[in-house]
Parts: sequence; C-alpha cells; structure tokens
Amino acid sequence: MNGDRYSVFSVLKNAATGNRHWQPAWRSAAPKPSYDVVIVGGGGHGLATAYYLAKEHGIRNVAVVEKGWIGGGNVGRNTTIVRSNYMLPANGRFYEWSLKLWEGLSQDINYNVMFSQRGVINLAHTSPQLDTFARRGNAMRIEGIDCELLGPAEIAPLVPRLRLDHPVFPVVGGLIQKRAGNARHDAVAWGYARAADRLGVDIVENCEVTGFTFDGDRITGIETSRGPIAAAKTAVAVAGSTSDVLRRAGLERLPIESHVLQAYVTEPIKPFLDTVVTFGVGHLYISQSDKGGLVFGGDIDGYNSYAQRGGLPIIEHLSEGLATFFPSASRLRVLRSWGGIMDMSMDGSPIICKGPRDGLYINAGWCYGGFKATPGSGWCFAHTIANDAPHNLNAAFTLDRFAAGASIDERGAGPKPWLH
Amino acid sequence: MLITCPHCGARDRAEFTYGGDASVPRPELSDLDQERWADYVYLRTNPRGTLREFWHHVAGCRIWFIAERDTVSHKISATQALDDDGSAER
Repeated sequence: MNGDRYSVFSVLKNAATGNRHWQPAWRSAAPKPSYDVVIVGGGGHGLATAYYLAKEHGIRNVAVVEKGWIGGGNVGRNTTIVRSNYMLPANGRFYEWSLKLWEGLSQDINYNVMFSQRGVINLAHTSPQLDTFARRGNAMRIEGIDCELLGPAEIAPLVPRLRLDHPVFPVVGGLIQKRAGNARHDAVAWGYARAADRLGVDIVENCEVTGFTFDGDRITGIETSRGPIAAAKTAVAVAGSTSDVLRRAGLERLPIESHVLQAYVTEPIKPFLDTVVTFGVGHLYISQSDKGGLVFGGDIDGYNSYAQRGGLPIIEHLSEGLATFFPSASRLRVLRSWGGIMDMSMDGSPIICKGPRDGLYINAGWCYGGFKATPGSGWCFAHTIANDAPHNLNAAFTLDRFAAGASIDERGAGPKPWLH
Repeated sequence: MLITCPHCGARDRAEFTYGGDASVPRPELSDLDQERWADYVYLRTNPRGTLREFWHHVAGCRIWFIAERDTVSHKISATQALDDDGSAER
C-alpha cells in the first residue's frame, strides 16, 4: 500500500508527467462465488463497514455489492454536515464516537476527506426554544461532548451577515458545537472504497441484488444480476431501499418509511459564511461549500416517496427562510437541487443489529442523519458482524426496540416518520 | 402536486397535511394483544409503488380522506372520503 499512498511527492511526480499515469482508486472487481461477508449497498456506510471489517477485525474476504456506481446514492446526495449535538445518551455517544473517527479519518484512510471543523450553530428565536437548547447542551456536556450556549452578541461576529433583529423571528441565542463542521462527501465514498480495496475487499459495481438464498431460515447469500454469491454473513446497508431489498429476504414489514429529502446549492460567491448555521424556525440549515455555493436544506417533503426529486413547496419554504435571515443572499440564483431517499425510522434513530434471520445483519433507519454517521456506522456494523453481537455504542439500535417500548425518539414526534 | 379532495376538488398540496399509511388495520380497542398493537403502530410495508394513505385537507374543508398514490411518480390515481366511523366509503 505504501507504494501508492497519496503524497506531495506523488502529486509532483504525476504533474511532471502530465497526470497521465494516475491509476484507478479501486479495482473493478468481478464477484467471486463466495465470501465470508457480503455487504449489500456500496454507499458510505457499506464501504466503511467493509473497511473496518478488514482493518479492525481482519476479515478481508469481503465483497461490497452496489446496484449503481460508488458515490451515486445518498453519500453524494446530502448537505455534508457532521455533528454530534444530540440529547439522548444512546444517540449522543454513538454520534460522538463517529465524530472522533471523522477527526482522524483523512490520516487513517490516506485520503483527504476535507473534514472542516468550522462549527455548527443552532439558532433559537424564542426564549423557550433557547431553554430547550440549554437542556440539550447540558445533556451533551454530561456526556463529555463540547458545546456552548451563545447570546446574540456572541453570534453576531461569528455570522456577520445574519439578520439578528427580525421583528417576528429575532435571534435570541444559540448553541454551538465547535468541533462539528463539514466534509467532502465524494471524497468520503472514494476514500473508503480505495482503503477497503487496498485491504482486499472486492467492490462490485453495477450489480443489483435480486434475491436472497436460504438454507431453511438461514440466509446463505444473495442472488444478483451478475449471478449468485454465497456468504457466511450477509449485511444490508441500503438506506432508502431497505424495505425494498429486505422484502426479498422475506421481511414484509419494517419500522421504516422511505421519504425524500431535498437540498440546494446557489451560484458560487466570495466567502460569505464560514460556519454551519441552522434555524429553529421552520428548520433550515446552511453552509458555504469550498467552491463558494451556499448549500442549504431543511425538512423532508412529508409524504412517502421513492423519487430522487422533491416538490416545489419545500423549495419555496427554504428559500423564504434563507432570504429572511440572510437578506444579502436573497438575489442569489439556485444552481442545482437534488433529492435523496431517506429510510425514516419510527423514532428517528438508526438500526444497527443482527437481523431477524440467521446470517443477516441490518444497517438502516438513518433518517437524514446518515452522512455524519458514516464512520461510526461502519465501525459499529463491522463490530456487530464480526462478533455476532453489538458494541455498547449500537446496542440500543435494535430492530425490535419499538415493540419493546424502548424507542429513541430525539424529537419526541412519536411513530410518525414524516415528522422526525 | 395537486391533490383532489373528495369534497373540494383539485387543490394545491400545501393545503393538505399527511396522515400516513392507511392500509394498516387498527386493532379493535378491546384487543389487548401487545404484538398486534405494536404491528399497527410501528410496522409498515413501505411499498415502491401504489400506497393507500391518509390526507387531511387542513387548510380547506378539514375532512380526512384516503388517496391512492404512486410513491415513485407521485401520481394520485384515486381519492375517497371516509365514513363517519373512519372507514373508507366503498
């Protein structure tokens, strides 16, 4: 692996030869007849799982099977925000571990994922809202997670173009997590794919899972558009397609609904905003990408959807929010919008567990928190697969917690996935 | 997206709120079986295709009704009003 590490030297050497000799970052593998572990879904979570299986647990006879191409799903369809500002202990500990993995990720996988700890500020517009932020901040600090409560005078210099004195929605304060920030989404997918490939993992693109093979009740592998693949352990990490894929394994009903989440990017402008800001009114989050565009998003569209595009009411709603709080951005044109399919769980928290069938492992229910969870999700899922038991960090994220009354409802919205 | 309210006709989606999957039968209130209630509250088929779902014309006539909508194309093929007892009119 040392021979092809990215470095200043390799950049200069390739520049001197016209950049004609770069090699593909990972092999285009054809599927073998059998593996120790097959991972369905080549998104961020599936690739991270493969990487940590190989690196942490020495399980290298692994395939990642992807219907499309690496980087074409939700890992390339998000707003790249990374944070761990949760209130409930199970979520806080898990996302904080994920954030710690982010902090060392570029060095770990020798790929610059451009993790930028520029801080995430949640703005409050009423004093009761600020009280709930203070409560969440206290819960975070009890868990050893950094955060600070800010007043308007402290927010003003951090977000100089923000309108603090709106007559209806004044900014009365906020909660900042300074270690939170952004990362480069494509680099995360490519970096994990490359690192897993170097450890011997086969990445099989353009390979759709059409069914599962059984020995009695035990799952023994998958049927694919490129032939059957046997596996001692079959792990599914397919985000919004979870219900669709697991139906082929005989699981007709799950605590999951698929919903579309949209995001937008404006035309690029000069430096405007060097932190991530979210608004407690109407739910809007905004940051500026390294290319200069303002990236913003908000709530899911609010009805079940498998379409990777959304409707106009959310565009209007979010644009109104942007223009309300950043009046100087009101003339910007939106260049692109995109939608990703979220696997919204019944309590808004994820599922990382052994499946209800032997040989099956499930990673799902990420709602729209999946991108920030990528390293932690892969790390915990790999642990669960390798040990046939969850790590303490994901022990609460079971499939049967709902019936047991142990749901983890961060928002307190109840079993209504379109409200989480 | 236009939604055809059985009472008011085609109206903008912004006038409606979503009520979720209408295909899950609710157990009788006298039913004390925990598993059946957990199924009703938490488990969904989540189809890629036609879904029967509740909508509320909250900014209009305020009735609840059922729509049959495709979750890929978002096309609504039928809507029907609910009876007084909450079941769909046949």
